[in-house]
Amino acid sequence: MKIMVAVKRVVDYAVKIRSGVETSNVKMSMNPFCEIALEEALRIKESGRASEVVSVGPAQCADTLRTGLAKGADRAIHVEFPGTLYPLSVAKIFKALVDAEKPGLLLLGKQAIDDDCNRTGQMIAGLLKWPQGTFASKISVVLDEGNKVATVDREVDGGLETLSLDLPVITTDLRLNQPRYATLPNIMKAKSKVIKKLTLQDLNVEIRSDLEVVQVIEPPKRQAGVVLSSV
Amino acid sequence: MKYLTAASRLLRHSSRNLSDLGSNLQFFCSIRPSSSCLSYPSLRSYERFIQDDCFHRKFTLKNICFGGSGVGILHSLARFQSDGIRTHHRNLASTASIPERNKSFATINSDDISYFNKVLGGRGVVQDEEKLDDANTDWMRKYKGSSKLMLQPRTTQEVSQILDYCNSRCLAVVPQGGNTSLVGGSIPVYDEVIINVGSMNNILSFDKVSGILVCEAGCILENLMSFLDNEGYIMPLDLGAKGSCQIGGNISTNAGGLRLLRYGSLHGSVLGLEVVLANGTVLDMLGTLRKDNTGYDLKHLFIGSEGSLGIVTKVSILTPPKLPSVNLAFLACEDYLSCQKILVEAKTKLGEILSAFEFLDINAMDLVLKQLDGLRDPLPSSKHNFYVLIETTGSMESHDKEKLEAFLAQAIESGLLTDGVVAQDINQASSFWRIREGVPEALLKEGAVYKYDLSLPPEKIYDLVEEMRQRLGTAANVVAYGHLGDGNLHLNISTPQYDDNILAKIEPFVYEWTSKQRGSISAEHGIGLMKANKLHYSNSAETVQVMAAIKKVLDPSGILNPYKVLPTSVLSQS
Repeated sequence: MKIMVAVKRVVDYAVKIRSGVETSNVKMSMNPFCEIALEEALRIKESGRASEVVSVGPAQCADTLRTGLAKGADRAIHVEFPGTLYPLSVAKIFKALVDAEKPGLLLLGKQAIDDDCNRTGQMIAGLLKWPQGTFASKISVVLDEGNKVATVDREVDGGLETLSLDLPVITTDLRLNQPRYATLPNIMKAKSKVIKKLTLQDLNVEIRSDLEVVQVIEPPKRQAGVVLSSV
Repeated sequence: MKYLTAASRLLRHSSRNLSDLGSNLQFFCSIRPSSSCLSYPSLRSYERFIQDDCFHRKFTLKNICFGGSGVGILHSLARFQSDGIRTHHRNLASTASIPERNKSFATINSDDISYFNKVLGGRGVVQDEEKLDDANTDWMRKYKGSSKLMLQPRTTQEVSQILDYCNSRCLAVVPQGGNTSLVGGSIPVYDEVIINVGSMNNILSFDKVSGILVCEAGCILENLMSFLDNEGYIMPLDLGAKGSCQIGGNISTNAGGLRLLRYGSLHGSVLGLEVVLANGTVLDMLGTLRKDNTGYDLKHLFIGSEGSLGIVTKVSILTPPKLPSVNLAFLACEDYLSCQKILVEAKTKLGEILSAFEFLDINAMDLVLKQLDGLRDPLPSSKHNFYVLIETTGSMESHDKEKLEAFLAQAIESGLLTDGVVAQDINQASSFWRIREGVPEALLKEGAVYKYDLSLPPEKIYDLVEEMRQRLGTAANVVAYGHLGDGNLHLNISTPQYDDNILAKIEPFVYEWTSKQRGSISAEHGIGLMKANKLHYSNSAETVQVMAAIKKVLDPSGILNPYKVLPTSVLSQS
C-alpha cells in the first residue's frame, strides 16, 4: 500500500518573528506537524509498505523534500507554484495527486504553524469523499485481505475519542510520535533519490484564490501592570 | 589528642587576653592542623569540637568580662558571641592548604555598617542570613565562606566610596557577579565583605553601525544576548552559565566559551573598561575605539585578573553581527585521532564559516543522557566512542549548506566519521547544544566531581585522559569533553563522594603532566582559590614575581579578593 504524506515548508518554529512576517532571510524548515506525519508514515512503512512524500510550494521546497527523503521516504513529488496557496487550493491539488497516484492512506499535519488554518486535511477528505481521522494521537493500521481498517485515537475537547475508519485521511497531533533525526549516511543517499516536479497544468487543477489577506497586525504590546494601593 | 592540648591552650590564653579579641581569633585560627594528617571525617569532627569549644568559651569570657574595659569591648564581644568562628568552612574533603586568615585585615563593626548604610541606603546593605548563605557558597558547592556582609552598589561612585573606605579600614573585599566561578574565585574565603555588582545592570548605549555595546558590569550575559538579538547582533562569547553570569565577571576572568574559535578572546573584543581600584580611584578607560595606540593598554591587566587588581564597573565591547545561516552537525568518530583529523579538515574545508568545534567522549554522553531529562541520543543506532559538535555561521544558507555537505560527504567517505546528524531546525540544534552544555550540570548531579580545565597540545589531550583512567581504575568515572578547536580539555573525575585518596592520585599528577607539556593548568576557568598555589606549573618564577609587583602597586593593602590568584608565599615576599 502506498502512503502519501503532505509536507509544508514554513518559518522555523523556534524563530522569533518580528513585525510582519518576513520570510526573506529567516530560517525555514519542515512544519513540525508534517514531521510527525512523516514519522508515522515511516513507522507504518517499517512494518511493510511504500511511502511517498509530497509537498506543494515554491522552488525552495526542494530542501524540505530532501529532508523527507533523507528520513526514509521513497519518492518525492514537488508541485511548483510561486504564490501563496490557501487550504482549498492545496486540497484540490492533493485530490488530483491522489487520483493519479492512488495511495491507500494519506497523512498530513493537523495545521501549519504559519497560518494555523487546520483545514487542508478535512477539505481533502471532503473532496475525495474519504473518511477522516483528525488530531490523531495514536494510529494503528490493519491491512488484511478483506479488512483494511485504521483505528485512530483523536484528541478532542472532552478527552480521547477512538474511531475505526476505512483507510482515511489522517491529520496528526503532537502526541503521536517523536520524529527521528535524518542521519548523514541517509542524507547522502537521499541526494540520489529523484524528486518529481509537477506544475498545476500537469495536474489539470485550476487555482482561484477565494481569500484575500486584508491586514496583518501584531497583537498590542502588553501594558505594564498597575500597583493599586488598595482594592 | 593534639586537638585537646591545642584547645586547652586556647582556653588558658583567652582568659589572659580578654581585650585582644583580634589576637585570640588569629591564635584560634592558627591551631588548625596541617592538611597532611587529617582525612575528611576527622576534620568534620574537629570543626564540631571547636564549635562546642567556642560555645564554652562564650560563657567564660562573658563572666570574666563583667564591668570590663569599656563599651567597645563588650560590644565586640557581643558580636563575637553571635559570630562564632571566623574560620573558613569547607564542604570539600580536600584539606589542601588554604592560607590562614590574613592578620592585617580588620573585621567589620557597627561603625562600618552605619557608614555603608549612609552611602548605599538601606537596600544596598545585606546582612540577611539566607541571602548571605547563597552569596557565601560557590556554584559547585565546594567552598563556603563566612562573610557577614554583602553590599550591592548601584553606581560607580558608590563602588568607589565603598572601596576607599574599606582600603582605609583594611577590610578585605570579594567582588562578586553571577557567582558561577568553577574555581572558588567569587566567594569569600573568610569574612571578606562581598561587593555584589548585580544591581549595576543597565545597558548604556549601543551603536548599530559599529556594533559597539557599552553597559554596566552587572548585566547578565543572556540578557545582553537577547538585547543584541533584537538589534541584529550577538555577543562574541557564549558559555553554559549565560543565564547567571555577568559581563563584569566574564571580563574579570577572561571567559572563553563556545565561540572563542570564531570570535577570539575577550582581550580582542573588549574595547574599553571602567575600573575602580582598591583605594577608590576610578580609572576611566571606557573607550569605544577599535584602534588606540596611546601608551600602555592597561585594560588588559584587568581582563583575567579575577578581581584582584580592581573592580570592573563598566564595559565597552565589540559585538559581531548576527548572521542568519547557522548549521549544527552532531558527529560520531571511532577514535581520538579521527577527531583531530576532522578538526583539520573542518578548518580547511569550512574555513571562515566554522564557528564552534566541541567534543565529548562516550562517558560524558552517557552521563548527560542519564542525568538530564528531555534529551535523547541523536545517534542511537550504535555506541560511538567520541562525539564532535561542529557549528557553522554564515550569511548565505545555500552557500553554507553546500560547503557543509561537501565536507561531511568527504569525511564519511574517507572513514573519518562513523555517523552523524545535521540539525534540521532550531529546535534540534538547541537540543544538540543542550547535550554538550549540560555535561557540567550532569556531573554535579551525579555526585562529587574533581574538575580540571587544561590547555594542551591537541595531539596529547586524550593521552592524559587515558592515563587518568589507568591510575584511577574503577574508583572513579573519568569524563572528558571540551573545546577541541582551542586545544582545551575539560577533564572531570566523577566519584560518589569526595575522597582524599582519590584526590591524591589526581593531584599533583595532572598539574605535573600538564606542566611537562608546557600546557596551562587553567585554560579558561581561572585560578581563583582552587589553584592559587599552582601558578608555577604554568608560569616561570620571574613572571610570577612581576605579577606580585603589579599587585603591590595597584592594591598595596591586598584587600581585593585575597588568598586568590597569586600564591601567598610570593605576595608576602614583596
